[in-house]
Amino acid sequence: MRKALLLFIVLTTGILFVARLFYLQVYDTSAAVLSESNAIKKQYEIPQRGRIYDRNGKLLVSNQPSYDLMAIPREIKPFDTLQLCKLLNITKEKLVKQLDKARNYSPRHPSVIVPTMSQGEFAYLGEQMRKYEGFFIQKRSLRDYQVDFGANFLGYIQEVHQGIIDKNPYYTGGDLIGRQGVEEQYEDILRGEKGIKYLQKDRFNRVIGPYKDGSLDKEPVEGKNIHLTIDAELQKYGQELMKGKRGGIVAIEPATGEILALITAPNYDPALMVGRERSKNYSLLNSDSIAKPLYDRALQGEYAPGSPFKALTGLIALQEDAMDIDEKVYCHGGMRYGRNRNFGCHHHRSPVSMVDGIAYSCNAYFGTAYLNTINKYDTPQEGITVWEKHLKSFGLGNYMGYDLPIGKRGLIPTAKIYNRTYNYPKRRWGAAATLSNSIGQGEVLMTPVQMAHFTATIANRGWYYKPHILKKIEGTDTIPKDFATKRYTTIDPEHYEPIIQGLNDVYNYGTAASLKVPGIEISGKTGTAENYTRIDGKRVQLTDHSTFVAFAPRENPKIAIAIFVENGYWGFRYGGRIASLMIEKYINKEVTRKDLENWILTHSLEEEYAKPLSGEPFRINY
Amino acid sequence: MGKFSRNVGSFDWVLIVLYLALISIGWINIYSASYDATADSFFSMDNLHSKQLLWILLGFFIISFILFLEAKFFERFSSVIYIASLLSLLLLFVFGKTISGATSWYNLGFMSLQPSEFAKAATALALAKYLSDIQTNIKTVRDQVRALAIIALPALIIIPQPDPGSALVYAAFIFPLYREGLAASYLILGASSITLFVLTLLIGPLYVALAVILIAAFLFYRNRKRRPSKRLYLGITFVACLFAFSVNYIFENIFEQRHRDRFNIVLGKEVDAKSIGYNTQQSEIAIGNGGWFGRGFLEGTQTKGKFVPEQHTDYIFSTVGEEWGFLGSTLVIGLFILLILRIIQLSEKQKNDFSRIYGYSVAGILFIHFVVNIGMVVGLLPTVGIPLPFFSYGGSGLWGFTILLFIFVKLDGNRVNEW
Repeated sequence: MRKALLLFIVLTTGILFVARLFYLQVYDTSAAVLSESNAIKKQYEIPQRGRIYDRNGKLLVSNQPSYDLMAIPREIKPFDTLQLCKLLNITKEKLVKQLDKARNYSPRHPSVIVPTMSQGEFAYLGEQMRKYEGFFIQKRSLRDYQVDFGANFLGYIQEVHQGIIDKNPYYTGGDLIGRQGVEEQYEDILRGEKGIKYLQKDRFNRVIGPYKDGSLDKEPVEGKNIHLTIDAELQKYGQELMKGKRGGIVAIEPATGEILALITAPNYDPALMVGRERSKNYSLLNSDSIAKPLYDRALQGEYAPGSPFKALTGLIALQEDAMDIDEKVYCHGGMRYGRNRNFGCHHHRSPVSMVDGIAYSCNAYFGTAYLNTINKYDTPQEGITVWEKHLKSFGLGNYMGYDLPIGKRGLIPTAKIYNRTYNYPKRRWGAAATLSNSIGQGEVLMTPVQMAHFTATIANRGWYYKPHILKKIEGTDTIPKDFATKRYTTIDPEHYEPIIQGLNDVYNYGTAASLKVPGIEISGKTGTAENYTRIDGKRVQLTDHSTFVAFAPRENPKIAIAIFVENGYWGFRYGGRIASLMIEKYINKEVTRKDLENWILTHSLEEEYAKPLSGEPFRINY
Repeated sequence: MGKFSRNVGSFDWVLIVLYLALISIGWINIYSASYDATADSFFSMDNLHSKQLLWILLGFFIISFILFLEAKFFERFSSVIYIASLLSLLLLFVFGKTISGATSWYNLGFMSLQPSEFAKAATALALAKYLSDIQTNIKTVRDQVRALAIIALPALIIIPQPDPGSALVYAAFIFPLYREGLAASYLILGASSITLFVLTLLIGPLYVALAVILIAAFLFYRNRKRRPSKRLYLGITFVACLFAFSVNYIFENIFEQRHRDRFNIVLGKEVDAKSIGYNTQQSEIAIGNGGWFGRGFLEGTQTKGKFVPEQHTDYIFSTVGEEWGFLGSTLVIGLFILLILRIIQLSEKQKNDFSRIYGYSVAGILFIHFVVNIGMVVGLLPTVGIPLPFFSYGGSGLWGFTILLFIFVKLDGNRVNEW
């Protein structure tokens, strides 16, 4: 009996201990987590970010070393404060403040005292560093922009924020990530894979060696260089031409869908997004709510396309057999439609056929062609649906699927939209109600990249590749399959010829006759798009947008371009001139017409943009 | 020599195998806990594990010597051994060497010797000798006081060294005393004192007193038909309440802050991982990090980082927990339980009282070390610095336990020769 009690006590103790161990080791898993942070240090090795080149191999973006002055507070020995301040070019108060901050954070861990010093600033300090015990230099890699343009498609890199870290386990605090442009789009390719070293720490937080002999460590994988389809020369030239104007230019190589130039104005120097001044510069740019330099008009600006759209109206009419190619339409300052309403036009020779209609940009002709197309069907709904289907086969009215992270759909109105607008079936609507669509006003909206894209498709006589900005990833031969897939429109190839003839005649005797480039056969179309704003809640018309689309040469086109200059009035005035210069620049590599170039360079629209803000009454369209 | 070889077959091989298993596993964990990847030589005497290996090997000589001696030697010379042991403890006050605050060591140059580790075996021999005397009757108060004196004497010398942990071990002799017929009321008294003590610390003396009164009233009411003595009930209740209040007083006024902290941490009243609770917390993290199967030999991150203080000595079990996991630590606990149960079982088989009492003493001493040490490492008991037998680093401890165990092996082996 007495023996049994002792045995019982011994056994119970054993069971109690096993239960406690079960709780500590198996049931409660928090210790393993604590242990991780306690004893293992992950040290990351950030690989060099890939460089970015243009289509001709010109370096656009590379990396520059940047230096952070770091300090481990408890290792700092007394030093000559004033001398260090002089070397760092900061005040003593600032240095003391930073050191206090570091000490509060942790006396044992390194803190940044002066971030992102340039090579120049560092060179001065570097050789003196040994005098300052407890301080050391941490090298980082920042972007080094070789050009002062292209910020809109290059994007920038910034430190990741908590939201990203939570979503993507790859990133940890302090990592850099691409934002906007190709930096964001091709982040995975440019950044490479960071290396990880697992280190065993001891209880003083000192590293005592590799963890598991480094068997879990990963070597960093260098980021890959990428080549863009952008032609740096053309891009730069276009951006210069757009000085003092707002709008966008997009140039595409029709045979490949490669974006040659993607210009938004105003823009900013990408170097502003690097280094110590980054956040200050960003807020300045971001707070400019009038010129909106961070808003990419080439990709995000949704405008009424205006007259260039007539080419599409013509193509659809031909495909739908709604117009005969030689059928003539009389135009005496416009056409009558509906209940005796006038669809105005400017003065030109009359009557006109399809080809003249484009050359003279006749509203009456395309109004007629449009109505004929829609009215071929029993109901306007059916007609609009067919019309919409043709336009969507160009990829319009939707995101283009290009490889940049921003964009707008534009708008190709559907029967459903009109039904809703006109409260169908309570109230009925006819084709005439949508007549403005025929000349690219009305409900149709396009971004400059969409305009360039449909121009390229016309230049190709009915097929296209999706526009894209990636030409090559170094080390691989292929680009994404999506960009190498040829797509066809629902318009038969033979219908393109008369339209192209008309676009060609725009330069021969039409609205852009004086903009011919010697030796290059350009086809193009002017556009002058009405637009409105709201001032004090009232709808106010502003000076028309000047738009222009063109491609050249006529056979085997090398470039298709769309230009949008806000409030530039006639398509010819700004759009046409810029298109002509850009095409000459791209194909001839040199611009001979210096007068024309000068006119654009010296003409600014700032005055026009100031009008609606002035609070005074103002004149438009002169 | 002839006697030795004749006896080899009669030594209990279960005990010997358990012993060998424990010191081997113990050494592996000391190796891990003291491992330093930068150290150049395995056999460098700068390494704790190399030293421990030496102590283990020397321990085999001690074992051979013990097994070679005449079994009667221990019974015959127990008083001499006991008195020598007491002297060795007393002389510490003159010649002792102080390590981390306690003057518990003799400095022999190449090593330090801690006599309190050997005094346990000596006391066990003396107690066995006294209780096995035909004149002694443990049921009489006089003999109880004498037995207590034998036990308390070394403890009282050890306390002021100061090394209260080692003194606490002498409570282990409740095992043989109880087995030999000490009234169960002593055990009940002890158990209820501990319960009252812990309860008082947890909920305060007022509630404890209230609870005691309520329970007493309930028991009295239930037993009312048997006409219980009112005086007895009132007396016990009064004493219990007095005890509760005095516990509070002693705890708040006589205990030092560090003692209070140790209790408070285990009772979950205070979580201060930075200073006083650091040991316990790091130990629990290390053990928890082991999971089911452990991190593997030399793979424990907490062990390698030396997060647990004293990990090669008192906290050696946390290395087992981290590197060998739940399965490994359960195995070690199992080995200890088996060892203790085997000793109790063998003790019961002894034909002479001396051997049996000595056996129970060994079981008690091993058990209290096991409970207090592992209880501390897994965070169930307050921090008391005593080693885990056969595991913790240290020559004196290892030899002390080896001698303690192998005297019993020898006594047990001799059982067959006693006609």
